[in-house]
Amino acid sequence: MTATLTPAQRKPKAAKRFRAFWRRWWHQLTAMRTALILLLALALAAIPGSTFPQRSISTVDVAGYFDEHPDLAPWLDRLWAFDVYTSPWFSAIYLLLMVSLVGCILPRLNVHWKALRAKVPDAPARMSILPYHRVLDPGADANQGRARAVLKQQRWRTAVREHEDGTVVIAAEKGYLRETGNLLFHTSIIFILVGVALGSLMSWYGNRILSEDKSYCNNLQQYDEYGLGAWVDETALPQFCLTLNAFDAEFTDGGPTAYDADVTYEADGETGEYGLEVNHPLNIDGTNVFLIGHGYTAVVTYTDRYGQTQTLHQEFLSMDAALNSEGAFKFPDVNVDPETGEVDEDAEVGFDAILVPTFDDSTAMLLGTDPELNNPVLALTAYTGDLGLGDGLPESVYSVNEDQIASGELEQVNDDVEVIGVGDSMTLPDGTTLTFDGVEQYAVLQVRHDPGGPVVLAGAVLLLLGLLPGLAVRRRRYWIRWNPDGTVETAGLNRNDFDGLDEECDELTAAIAPGFEPPGTHTDKSGSDE
Amino acid sequence: MTGAEAANALFVATILIYAAAMFSYAVEYAFDKRAPKRAKALVAVGGASDTDTSADVATEAPISPAAARGAGRLGLVLTFLGTAALAASIVTRVIYTGRWPWGNMFEYTVGVALAGMVTWLWLVSRGSVPRRLGLFATFAVTMVLGTSVRVYTEAGPLVPALDSYWIIIHVTAAIASSGILLIGCVFAILHLLKRSFDRRVSDGKPIRFPLNIAERLPDATALERLTFKIHVFAFPLLTFGIIAGSVWAHLAWGRYWNWDPKEVWAFIAWVVYAAYLHARVSGRSAKANAPWLAILGYAVMLFNLTAVNLVFSGLHSYAGV
Repeated sequence: MTATLTPAQRKPKAAKRFRAFWRRWWHQLTAMRTALILLLALALAAIPGSTFPQRSISTVDVAGYFDEHPDLAPWLDRLWAFDVYTSPWFSAIYLLLMVSLVGCILPRLNVHWKALRAKVPDAPARMSILPYHRVLDPGADANQGRARAVLKQQRWRTAVREHEDGTVVIAAEKGYLRETGNLLFHTSIIFILVGVALGSLMSWYGNRILSEDKSYCNNLQQYDEYGLGAWVDETALPQFCLTLNAFDAEFTDGGPTAYDADVTYEADGETGEYGLEVNHPLNIDGTNVFLIGHGYTAVVTYTDRYGQTQTLHQEFLSMDAALNSEGAFKFPDVNVDPETGEVDEDAEVGFDAILVPTFDDSTAMLLGTDPELNNPVLALTAYTGDLGLGDGLPESVYSVNEDQIASGELEQVNDDVEVIGVGDSMTLPDGTTLTFDGVEQYAVLQVRHDPGGPVVLAGAVLLLLGLLPGLAVRRRRYWIRWNPDGTVETAGLNRNDFDGLDEECDELTAAIAPGFEPPGTHTDKSGSDE
Repeated sequence: MTGAEAANALFVATILIYAAAMFSYAVEYAFDKRAPKRAKALVAVGGASDTDTSADVATEAPISPAAARGAGRLGLVLTFLGTAALAASIVTRVIYTGRWPWGNMFEYTVGVALAGMVTWLWLVSRGSVPRRLGLFATFAVTMVLGTSVRVYTEAGPLVPALDSYWIIIHVTAAIASSGILLIGCVFAILHLLKRSFDRRVSDGKPIRFPLNIAERLPDATALERLTFKIHVFAFPLLTFGIIAGSVWAHLAWGRYWNWDPKEVWAFIAWVVYAAYLHARVSGRSAKANAPWLAILGYAVMLFNLTAVNLVFSGLHSYAGV
């Protein structure tokens, strides 16, 4: 080699340096220490998801946070504080962790695969350097055939070596399952993540509030709320229809003890009945229907200035555990002269209402403490004017539009809240009435299809199956050597940090050499090459 | 006496018996001078500290070593008795509520205490730990029981979401792993105490409270190994508890993972314990810091039990607590 390099010679050196650079980074990334830091970073990064409301859990709570902290919330939003688990920084940590994991398991798989096929290594020339070492008495009678039989019976992997000088060594190793389990554990984490990714791409769900005797069919327009994975074709959702025949809630001491929704389903021309309960979902061809909530539906009839009646079944949203619920009745097309078709002035009527399942008139409190329907009442505030439904903006079905009240388009009719029981009516100044006909129940159903779920479950089972041997099995070696001078030596080596190798080796030696007596004092050194 | 009163009486008895046991262990711990050498499984390797520190303690102890060991035996009997009373209290609650006893935070915490004490007694019976260390176990468990009183809830029926056989599987796994990890955390703390005690002794620095407690502790290495073993045992159980929980979440809430606050913190605890297990095999300095990770892990578990139940609202919020 000449001292000066031509450019052609320098190039491979640059490439080499480039490769070395990446190799160094790769080693850095796949080092256990890096994995440790990434694990702790992942734990830290998960915390904000529990302190800030998350869009994936409740968009209502996130909106509430924006109302409460109008200055702070937009800034937090820019940092993905309301979408922590899909945020770039959270994803970055777990993707790095995954790369580190893959970088760790691939070489270990290779090493383990080779170790599984390689011969157990020979004993060191000086066996006394090993933590467990014994020289057997001449009378111990260590028999080679017996040694092989005992080791085989105890399922040690063995290698017998006969050296030229007449030395015979039997090397034995056990506990390969530890590394197998370890690798299975780490591989199954990747498996689980694949399942989670599949789920987020291919799953869909819809929530639907369904009152008794009502039906709906599975398409997105029919859901109050829904979510679709990126790969889901919304026109290809499975065809089925559901009817809620009856809903039954059981209460004991003011607390719910059982919900039972009696549903009829129709799919592919087949019909079936199912007792839908919490913890007992209905499975229709891989799509699950869950009962995730319930509430009350108030039935009211409004009689307008021309004696025309309209009946509403309005679902109410529970505000507390006693199922005190809020809702609104909106009548946008009443008070129309049936003969002329002319709409009266201030024709539209709306009511903000609170439904109290068990009203106690002996106290001054409106809200009850019992969720059961023992004395249901409606507390009503009436408004007339323009409900603002025609402007096309989405608005809550659980309250009368506040903007319309603020702008004076809607006028409050009664100064004090009017409380009426079932069968009673509230009469408005213009002579129209609202009658409380009764209360029905509704069920909140969630329909969900997640093809990633079974993959995740399989991954979780594999993870546990790998974890147990990965932690509990001990990898260790044992050697027994017949020296040319007639002496017999044994030695053992722990390949993981565990107690009890001395005792095990002594028992093994005693089984091989019946005359062997373990020394009374054990050298309490814990050998480990990890 | 009603079932509820009987359960509560047994509960109070448990705390009193454990307090008495703690006192008996304390007597043994303080006055049985031969103790460090008697502990079979935890023979001190670097036992230099025994000889030079015991000299400055007054030779005329008010209680003889033999009497101190008697107190220790009494402590162990009381521990068994207290644990039996605790188990009886739980069984009584089961009988009069007619349901599985993991329905609210109080019942959960009591379960953790029982699991912790059963783990401890099992370790003592195996000879893995010297009896006098029961001082720290009874202290930790009594603290847990004392905390549970703060969240006492009248035993009532379960809400529908809890009405499933998965409560037996998921909550039992969570309680058992919390109880075992509690003992693991105790060992991690004892190990750190003994380690810094040893360091101060070898540096010739004075020993002050709380390090002077560590004088009578077993060898630091042995304590560290015990810490690791307990975590090795508990980690799969914790993992299983989380998996069982997500199977149940699928059935009850429609989704196997909701990033509910309880789930978030269980995930964090799992990750911290995974980090502990990795730190233990990642070289000397990481191994030296591993016990801190074990303690951090239990701090997360405690946070998940207390703050998440009482402060955050989520799917795991039932009946107030």
